[in-house]
Amino acid sequence: MDEPDQLKPLDPAYVTVMRISAALMAVPLLFGAIILETAQFTASGLFIIPAAFLAVWAVFRVPSRRFARWHYTLGTDRLRIVRGYLFFSDTVVPLGRIQHIDVHQGPIMRRYDLATLTVHTAGNHNSSVSLPGLRHADAVEMREAIREYIKAAQA
Amino acid sequence: MNEPLPAEDNPVAEGQRLHPLGLIVGLITGLPQLIFPMVAAVFGTGSRDRPELIPVVILAVLLISVFFRWLAWLRTHYHVGDDDIRIERGILNRSARSIPYDRIQDVSVEQKLLARLLGIGEVKFETGGGEGEDAKLSYVSLDEAERLRETVRARKAVVGTPEASAGAVPEPDLPPVFAMDTKRLVILGFYSFSLVIFAILGGLAQQFDFLLPFDWWDFKNWIGIAEDNGVDITHIDRSVQIGGAIIALLALTAIGFATGIVRTFLKEYGFRLDRTAKGFRRRRGLTTLTDVVMPVARVQAAQIETGPIRKINGWHALKFVSLAQESKDESHHMVAPLAQMDEIAPIMAEAGIALPSTEAQFRRAPLLWWGQGLVYLWIAMAIGTAATIIFADAPFSKAGWMLIIPLAFVPLVWLEWRNYGDLVDESQIYLRENWWNQQFSIAPQVKVQSAEVSQGPLARLFGLATLHFGIAGGSLRFAALPLEDALAVRDRIMDAVAPVDFSEINRRG
Repeated sequence: MDEPDQLKPLDPAYVTVMRISAALMAVPLLFGAIILETAQFTASGLFIIPAAFLAVWAVFRVPSRRFARWHYTLGTDRLRIVRGYLFFSDTVVPLGRIQHIDVHQGPIMRRYDLATLTVHTAGNHNSSVSLPGLRHADAVEMREAIREYIKAAQA
Repeated sequence: MNEPLPAEDNPVAEGQRLHPLGLIVGLITGLPQLIFPMVAAVFGTGSRDRPELIPVVILAVLLISVFFRWLAWLRTHYHVGDDDIRIERGILNRSARSIPYDRIQDVSVEQKLLARLLGIGEVKFETGGGEGEDAKLSYVSLDEAERLRETVRARKAVVGTPEASAGAVPEPDLPPVFAMDTKRLVILGFYSFSLVIFAILGGLAQQFDFLLPFDWWDFKNWIGIAEDNGVDITHIDRSVQIGGAIIALLALTAIGFATGIVRTFLKEYGFRLDRTAKGFRRRRGLTTLTDVVMPVARVQAAQIETGPIRKINGWHALKFVSLAQESKDESHHMVAPLAQMDEIAPIMAEAGIALPSTEAQFRRAPLLWWGQGLVYLWIAMAIGTAATIIFADAPFSKAGWMLIIPLAFVPLVWLEWRNYGDLVDESQIYLRENWWNQQFSIAPQVKVQSAEVSQGPLARLFGLATLHFGIAGGSLRFAALPLEDALAVRDRIMDAVAPVDFSEINRRG
């Protein structure tokens, strides 16, 4: 219960993963802006300039900010996740309330050997809580620890 | 099918594949979804002009679908472990789910016609997970399904609560926990004043207006009818007009009350709540009698509801928020539609929930918090005023009235502020909110599933945060606490919650 409040950061490679995802999202945005631009509805630059700014912000600024604020700790009886660049949140899930656990790897994450740990609770709010950007081995280890905890709690 | 897999990055690497016949079922049941891609492919490849190509294109689409299904099948394994069931799946997106045996409430085997012909079935592991999305295996052989079911039953440390079923015989001559007589029903009916009948009639009139001889909404027609019948509306004097209006208003009120009473009788007639060995048993209804049993251990929170009018005579309704057995079950059970507080307290006590002590001081959220909406509204009005002055050349004296509109909402903000309160004591959390639909929620701390402190950009300026508690079947939200307080309250409650396991809180009682 009296766990040391040692918050751990995510794996730094997750910044790159977020950048790649943001860049992939930015492509259609820029594409759309260029099309609108070439159609010349209005003064030139009205679409492409904001779109470019948004893309640069989302790819270069946001991922590092989000990463810097994203921390977690798996205590003896609870999982705590602190996150949020614009919208801050600090979530605690007691291990004794976890229903089932997912370890998930998307294609980009897999390239960097990262994984997302998702725990599901019975609550309507926060029915699933996700923690991305973990080393795959760490995520698996956390899953095992949670599973052990649930098993021990029954005894 | 029990071929072991080469050890990958997973410590428990051997797993089982699903039944290959499931591929056929999947393909056939998925055929409707393939129609659009097939049509698209036929047009896309330009084979409309060369009909001999059409079967080839259709076959190609089918083959691609089969290929991906086969790939997915190849990448799906499940593993029956010592403490959990693991399901790994995904081609590009790899996902591994672990479901501890102790969290599995039920294993169901479903066989639709086609699966039945092939002798395979779909196995679903039901857990208490909030939003559906439980684990399922589609498909495995029937023997395997039976084996899985047996394994889960054997491995579960404790056998869960017996299935709640309606129609159980209650213990004889025990008085009900709560019941309503006809007088109470009539009172409830009065509070259920409703003009919904006019909405229904209006809707019907609109639906079937082609059957009416004239346009329903056109008043000139009505006047025309009146004149045809010898009434000259220009000669109706003022007193008759006023009298008419009063009669119309009275009729409207009478209809509203009558509707409320009829609806209440249909739904709540013979309302009776019993405490049986299996839990709370509720019977009610005039034409359709319903009989529901809710295990006591499934009660997650109590919700006492009232309104500014019914509160004058001390009337409240009590609902229990419960962990739904299946997603289709209702999560809020009405256990006392109209009761005094001294009747409500004993019902809650049966579920182990108590009212706060009378000295308890509820915390109020800053008035500013409730006024947030007004600030936005005022900004919008200010922009509107400025626009009117600039673009319409209106003097401020003529456009400035818009700035006063938000003031009309100030009393409402004040009422919301006055009716909000939250409280945490040794074992429960309390939240009362809203002015019109007053809700007072009480939850035992051990029934909290998760807690989150959150802060938006605006709240951060004021150092205020929101504290959310996840409850099975509902959620409680404490508004506008100073950030440090929110974290402290959260940690204090988590210290009470964490040592008690989920399986304990929902099996006892």
